[in-house]
Amino acid sequence: MNIHEYQAKRLLQEYGVPVPRGYAATNSREVETAISHLGDDDMIVVKAQIHAGGRGKGTFTDGYKGGVKVVKGRAAAQDAANHMLDNTLVTAQTGPEGRKVQTLYLTEGCDIEHEYYLAIVLDRETAQSVIIASTEGGMDIEEVAEKTPEKLIRVPVSPTMGLRHHQCRQVAFALGFKGDQVKQFARILTGVYKMFWEKNAMLVEINPLVTDKNGNLSALDAKVSFDANAIFQHPDIQQLRDLNEEDPKEIEASKHNLAYIALDGNIACMVNGAGLAMATMDIIQSFGGSPANFLDVGGGANEDQVTAAFKIILSDPNVKGILVNIFGGIMKCDVIARGIVAAAKNVDITVPLVVRLEGTNVEAGKKILRESGVALTPADSLVQAAEIIVEQVKNAGPQA
Amino acid sequence: MSILVNKDTRLVVQGITGKTGTFHTQQCIEYGTNVVAGVTPGKGGQLWEDKVPVLNTVAEAVKEHGANASVIYVPPAFAADSILEAIEANIPLVICITEGVPVRDMAEVRRRLYFHNTKTRLIGPNCPGIITPGECKIGIMPGYIHKPGRVGVVSRSGTLTYEAVWQLTQKGHGQSTCIGIGGDPINGTSQTDAIRMFNEDPDTDAIIMIGEIGGSAEEDACAYIKEHVKKPVAGFIAGASAPKGRTMGHAGAIVSASGAGTAEAKFEAMEDAGVSIARNPSEIADALLRIYKG
Repeated sequence: MNIHEYQAKRLLQEYGVPVPRGYAATNSREVETAISHLGDDDMIVVKAQIHAGGRGKGTFTDGYKGGVKVVKGRAAAQDAANHMLDNTLVTAQTGPEGRKVQTLYLTEGCDIEHEYYLAIVLDRETAQSVIIASTEGGMDIEEVAEKTPEKLIRVPVSPTMGLRHHQCRQVAFALGFKGDQVKQFARILTGVYKMFWEKNAMLVEINPLVTDKNGNLSALDAKVSFDANAIFQHPDIQQLRDLNEEDPKEIEASKHNLAYIALDGNIACMVNGAGLAMATMDIIQSFGGSPANFLDVGGGANEDQVTAAFKIILSDPNVKGILVNIFGGIMKCDVIARGIVAAAKNVDITVPLVVRLEGTNVEAGKKILRESGVALTPADSLVQAAEIIVEQVKNAGPQA
Repeated sequence: MSILVNKDTRLVVQGITGKTGTFHTQQCIEYGTNVVAGVTPGKGGQLWEDKVPVLNTVAEAVKEHGANASVIYVPPAFAADSILEAIEANIPLVICITEGVPVRDMAEVRRRLYFHNTKTRLIGPNCPGIITPGECKIGIMPGYIHKPGRVGVVSRSGTLTYEAVWQLTQKGHGQSTCIGIGGDPINGTSQTDAIRMFNEDPDTDAIIMIGEIGGSAEEDACAYIKEHVKKPVAGFIAGASAPKGRTMGHAGAIVSASGAGTAEAKFEAMEDAGVSIARNPSEIADALLRIYKG
């Protein structure tokens, strides 16, 4: 689960990490209040809050450039805020449709001396957290990793030992800090690690971490994501979820315990098992089709879930065909077949439907489908199923 | 005939009295698995389904019933603790079926597995389990699709494994052992671990590896195969069509923004290691049978 920059900075602040003074605003009244807290003679930073990177270089759909603006004085801040709020920002990470900006973050400016990069991630290969730091802050860290890997400092932290003082010093000296800055940095890193560990984060990234003209360190931008499996332990983090940032179909699916991810194709899939669901998307693509979604109904789906799954799939206007691929193990094929029949009675399925059943009680399942009168094409193999649905969607294309 | 589990396996079920534990324990006993005990803290002294003694701790299952393998069906919040309890009881093999275990918990468990005195191999979490057809089934896979034989199967995905196994069985090829290692980013047994065991098993003649996008488990396994494995190996990777930066159902199935862990990189590694590649999931058995006649 991801959170906004302003939420990440509030959390960091609770863990003792200095951040520039700032105020979040979701409407023009809150913008005014926020601006009144900031000085009229000072630099003010207006930042669009969306769950996607590349905001500074982004463009709004009405042509206004930049989702992060550094301006002087309240009037200019008000002007930038007026342009951004409720406007749609397109960045390298949002896709062409962009993201509607519903929250702004207004902060005091900072006299930047140097920009650093600091992050903690969980490294799956070594099963421990790793501190990643660099003197090349403010830019895309993956580019730094590729072009100048020697500028990337990596220090693993054992989950059982935790972060040690010498490791803080090691990173601080490697970044070239001296005197009081070493102490400041150690406090920041200790806070970041504590937050990372206590809140079950998968990533805490501060980019840039800056020094100002007075030599003081602060976090200018922050990105945090949490382990979805551990969210139940953190009701405070759960409250930070912004449903505006999620696909409504994915929200609906999560209510029914279905793993659904919207994609941009036109052939919907319903599959049991994540691996098989991915493989089903792959095979649709290999026949020249394009999957509209990833959908794993899980190992024990019931009729209600299958019905809900059909509703979600069909609420996507791009869907021109559906492929159901079930390998009945624990989930029996006749149960799925009854679910499909029930769903067909409940939901108006207006697009071609191809069903491939295999495994436990497959004959009973096929019989139920055959005798139901539901308009569908049965398939005996996954290859055949994919071929048929791609063909049917192609043929229906111009009329649909 | 197999690796890790066989007819001598004596299983303890952690979470035996829960709904999932009960259902799958019944299935496993029907298949012929020797379930010697169950553990549900606080319910010690009861008899599960009039058959299996329920205990309070895993240590008792080892001491009093000679358990040498454990399967875990407890909810995600308590799964890591259950794994640690089994490790402390020196159970040689622990299989964690539970889906949704916090990654941080697994990081701690993995550390514990590294201790020099650890006698445990962990399989999972978030996996279907392990089966040696005809002898012992531990987990949630449907037993009847399997058939005793000489092909070893290792996979990160449940139903995709069933696809491959079913193809093999229908074509007359049985399996020595099938292991689901699970779809989580941090797990107990890697593709490489499983392939090493199959390679060293005199009763496994050929190997199928089923992977997914994300991480470098398959690339690592391919490096091992290239160096050490003479037995025929076939492979498949799911997720070629998945977009970057989205986790596809399994927490481990994600291609990072930098492009690490793509299906293409994994297929290339397999090619380089001489693994026979299935380009679609219907051809996994065929990919093996191109290089292995049985």
